[in-house]
Amino acid sequence: MNSAATPAMPAVETFGLTKVYGAGNTEVVALKDVTLRVARGEVVALLGPSGAGKSTLLSAIGLINPPTAGRIVLGGQLVLDGARALVNLRAYRRTQIGFVFHKANLIPFLTALENVQIAMEINDLAARPARRRAMALLDYLGVSDRAAHYPDALSGGQQQRVAVARALANEPRLILADEPTAALDSHRGRQVMELFRKVAHERQAAVIVVTHDHRALDVFDRTYEMEDGQLRPAPAPPQ
Amino acid sequence: MNLALKDIRHNIGRFVLTTMGISLLLMIVMGMGGIYRGLIREATLLVATIGADLWVVQGSTRGPFAELSRMPASLEDRVRAVTGVAHAHRFVSHTIQRAWRGQPLRMVVQGLAWPDDRGDWIPLVAGRALRQAHFEMIADRSLGLQLGEKLRLGKDVYTVVGLTKGVTGTSGDGLAFFSVSDAQAIQFDLPGDAIRLERQARRARAEASDMGRIQPTILERSAGPSRGLPALPPPQISAVMIRLAPGVNAAQVMATIAGWPDVTVYSRAQQEEFLLGGMVSRSRRQLGLFRILLIIVSTIIMALIIYTLTLDKIHDIAMLKLMGARNGVITGLILQQALLIGALGYGLAYWLGTFAFPCFPRQVVITRPDLLLLAAIVLGISVLASLLGIWKAMQVAPNKVLA
Repeated sequence: MNSAATPAMPAVETFGLTKVYGAGNTEVVALKDVTLRVARGEVVALLGPSGAGKSTLLSAIGLINPPTAGRIVLGGQLVLDGARALVNLRAYRRTQIGFVFHKANLIPFLTALENVQIAMEINDLAARPARRRAMALLDYLGVSDRAAHYPDALSGGQQQRVAVARALANEPRLILADEPTAALDSHRGRQVMELFRKVAHERQAAVIVVTHDHRALDVFDRTYEMEDGQLRPAPAPPQ
Repeated sequence: MNLALKDIRHNIGRFVLTTMGISLLLMIVMGMGGIYRGLIREATLLVATIGADLWVVQGSTRGPFAELSRMPASLEDRVRAVTGVAHAHRFVSHTIQRAWRGQPLRMVVQGLAWPDDRGDWIPLVAGRALRQAHFEMIADRSLGLQLGEKLRLGKDVYTVVGLTKGVTGTSGDGLAFFSVSDAQAIQFDLPGDAIRLERQARRARAEASDMGRIQPTILERSAGPSRGLPALPPPQISAVMIRLAPGVNAAQVMATIAGWPDVTVYSRAQQEEFLLGGMVSRSRRQLGLFRILLIIVSTIIMALIIYTLTLDKIHDIAMLKLMGARNGVITGLILQQALLIGALGYGLAYWLGTFAFPCFPRQVVITRPDLLLLAAIVLGISVLASLLGIWKAMQVAPNKVLA
């Protein structure tokens, strides 16, 4: 499934992203001149060992941890020039980006349905249509029968599906997933990866997934490897 | 979607316990206010209930409540002769403590000027006013006496014929009304030996004085009852109460009596001022300071509770921020919970107080202005308490979710 072809409509582009933590003797360069372009409808994997800078890159693209240098363009609009925000980052996250993590991070005092609904209400959608759409999303992800349950009554796979539904709630251009299958068995993990592919293709969202799971790489359109803060295309897996 | 209510619904046990804790604190704050009001009411109740327009007391004193006042009973007649005075009655009042059913019984013995005053003005909740000059009494319920009950005081037995509720003296002791002569009999009751010793001492004093040598009759009578020595007996009354005739200028009557060198005259307002300014002011300040301390403690405890509740949700708050929630959503979550805890705590405090306060030994008076003031204070401390939690929530970075 790996492909070198890049669709023409970029959802996200980064140019020379650099992230430095600390200074002097304690300086750590987490990202070095990272340039990446992901189109809508494309699913991209980021591989690499722990500490390589995958999550740092994801949080920079997700506008929650600005880079030290470099630019981030979302949907054709320059949003970060170094650490300088050119848009309201919180509003941009609300409307343009969906997040999924290795833990579902569902809000424990909301039911599965409410966890999805709140994402839309935060984006100023009225309660009733938000509820209707949240139910449709849960149905789409195959967990509508668990809509009224609280997170602690859901299995890990069900929680992750609800988290994906929440990430899709506002029809974002970009979905960022940080090791979303880490807490799942291989079967469930593959299901979630395939779900991302389905979402990307059917809803025209760009999906960037940080993963250690090499068993489901065939799901991705492209894969990149990160090491010491540098990004490079991953070698094609042996046939 | 109201996140505050959703959180409460999911953690209802914790919320109920927190609210109950706050309500008990607020009940104490409310109770302190009520005790303060009760103190004022008890202090001024007697003056207000008796309803005298003017009080004539021993010269240069601020009696009969704020300090001791002693004057001859004949002053009642002198006052009655002043133009504009409709009624003048002697005021006899003193506190006694006796053992009754193995318990100390403290009461304020209040004399009624029988036969003019039989206590018809006293707000009775059971029984009747006095119908005979002796051996009947009207008691306040706080004394624990029942209608028809007989109580020995001094050498006589008195029957409870009427009951009042919440009629207490300045120190909070229940009032018992007797005829003036009975009240004095109780006040001046002495054992037989004490009387005999006093008569011997009186005779010795008379023999040593010029008057005793010039008037042999005095020496003869000094060994008998005090009433046989009209010029010598001790002052019998505390004050004279005056009721003015309709339309009379009180200042004019006061000016007349103020001209007498042996007495001082006060208006009802002045008596109330003495009671509040002198007797109650320290207690009032003490209660006021204690109340302020309680409010500060309540604010700190509420702030800590709200802060802890916020810390419990800090990961969820970071997630909400990551999802792009505006500050208003997060602030609303914390502030609404604080206000809800404050409002429910206040309501519960009031409800619990309706059961608890009547059991207090002294009056707890909860007034509407005090309730409104406390409601405003609770609103204020709820907002103040939530600030710490809101500050903490605002400090949380969305990437805490990644940690």
